Amino acid sequence: MEVTNLTKRKILESLERGKRFDNRGLFDYRDLSIETGISKNAEGSARVKLGETEILAGVKLSLGEPYTDSPNSGVLVVTTELSPMASEKFEPGPPQIESIELARIIDRGVRESGMFDFEKLCIKEGELVWLVNLDIYPVNDAGNLIDAGFMAAIAAIQQAVLPKLEKENDKERILFGEFTTKKLPLTEKIPLALTFHKIGKNIFLDPTTEEEESSESRITIEISTDKKEDYINAVQKGGDDPFTVEEMHEIIDAAFKNYKKLKEVFNKELKKAK
Amino acid sequence: MVYTKRFDGRKFDEMRQIESKVGVIPRADGSAYFAFGDTKAIAAVYGPRPLHPVFLQNPEKGIIRVYYDMLSFSVTERKRPGPARRSSEISYVTKKALEPVVNLSSFPNTVTDIFINVLQANASTRCAGINAASMALAHAGIPMTDLVGSVSVGHVGGSIATDVIKEEEDYEENGEKMVTDIATAFTLRSNKLALLQLDGKVTADELKAAIAAAKKACSRIYEIQKKTLKEGEWK
Repeated sequence: MEVTNLTKRKILESLERGKRFDNRGLFDYRDLSIETGISKNAEGSARVKLGETEILAGVKLSLGEPYTDSPNSGVLVVTTELSPMASEKFEPGPPQIESIELARIIDRGVRESGMFDFEKLCIKEGELVWLVNLDIYPVNDAGNLIDAGFMAAIAAIQQAVLPKLEKENDKERILFGEFTTKKLPLTEKIPLALTFHKIGKNIFLDPTTEEEESSESRITIEISTDKKEDYINAVQKGGDDPFTVEEMHEIIDAAFKNYKKLKEVFNKELKKAK
Repeated sequence: MVYTKRFDGRKFDEMRQIESKVGVIPRADGSAYFAFGDTKAIAAVYGPRPLHPVFLQNPEKGIIRVYYDMLSFSVTERKRPGPARRSSEISYVTKKALEPVVNLSSFPNTVTDIFINVLQANASTRCAGINAASMALAHAGIPMTDLVGSVSVGHVGGSIATDVIKEEEDYEENGEKMVTDIATAFTLRSNKLALLQLDGKVTADELKAAIAAAKKACSRIYEIQKKTLKEGEWK
């Protein structure tokens, strides 16, 4: 269901007064809750609820060959499926560009943050490495799947453990469904995605469905902390309208400021979930 | 009869702990969650809504479509995302199980889509999916003449076991598979079989006994579904 012009105008009028339909401030996120271990058969899994938006992420590990240009690194593959269960907008069938974009935005933020120690995912150089499949499924789309999906991904990765291995005729084999207590080789870094939207001249975070459908422009900034300093690891400009340089400066500053806030809430909720 | 004590200590006619809930997906027109122990499924219903392309429309009544799938991490060995032959067939038999109870004659040319996703699997996923879908349809306010309840019954090592788990599905004696897994669904008020699938080896009497066990379990599921729809949740 497309948002009506009237709703759009009301959203704009409200934003001009610094207000949103649900009374949040422009940079306030909706309530966040995290649940981990939603599938006993996954190496790691998590459910994130951001307001009414619900998204699941799971980690499955398998063994494979490394890429020839990085013979001593594990492999990360991120997939998302915009299941038609989550919204009347999504259709069954092969992944649409929205689904591919979402996976790639999350992939880059996770990869570039350095949260994985990929070399420790190598079992035998040039021959055998861990293949990490990170799969993300929205269950209810009430806006902002990027930020919510990113948090679900990080929560699932943080929780994931390695499966048990068995040697058979000198070849390693995974004992499916049996897990060790050994966590994935991760660093301290916790990347998060902050997706800004623009309606009129107003820039804000964490849109609802109505706000998202009224949005004229979108940009995602992915940040992580390295030695107490925050860095941008990935950016994706979406939406239709371009941003002015001044607007971009405003967004960059707001991203750093709100990353700290969001990280605090995320860490608190993740701790509760464990 | 060799299998005399079940792996998880249940009685032979006892189902696993059931958990069910409606309204789990606010954006959908109707939704439900249903779990047999560790087997967990959710279902969302969208519709009746316009059906495209137009040549698929039925001018006499609305049609339903079912999409069953498993999350890649719901099983021990990752399931490749996207449809496969197994999920296509399950979608098809699920549709056949639900169709007899929905009445969409007032909604010609429309489609009602039912999406089922398995979150965590430990056998009987199609049954959990049908139970969730039946409730999701009612929750969406789709005109229905009945509810559908589904359960799997196994003929395991000579015994009839209701609501089988993975370990029972894999039960062997002397290296030989000794299990026939029988998936059933009943229309619950009229007590008719709307799904029956099996593979294995059973006698006529064993199959009849399995159907009786399934019917008994489904009448329990009916009570749970009704309670869930009235109260929103059942545990």
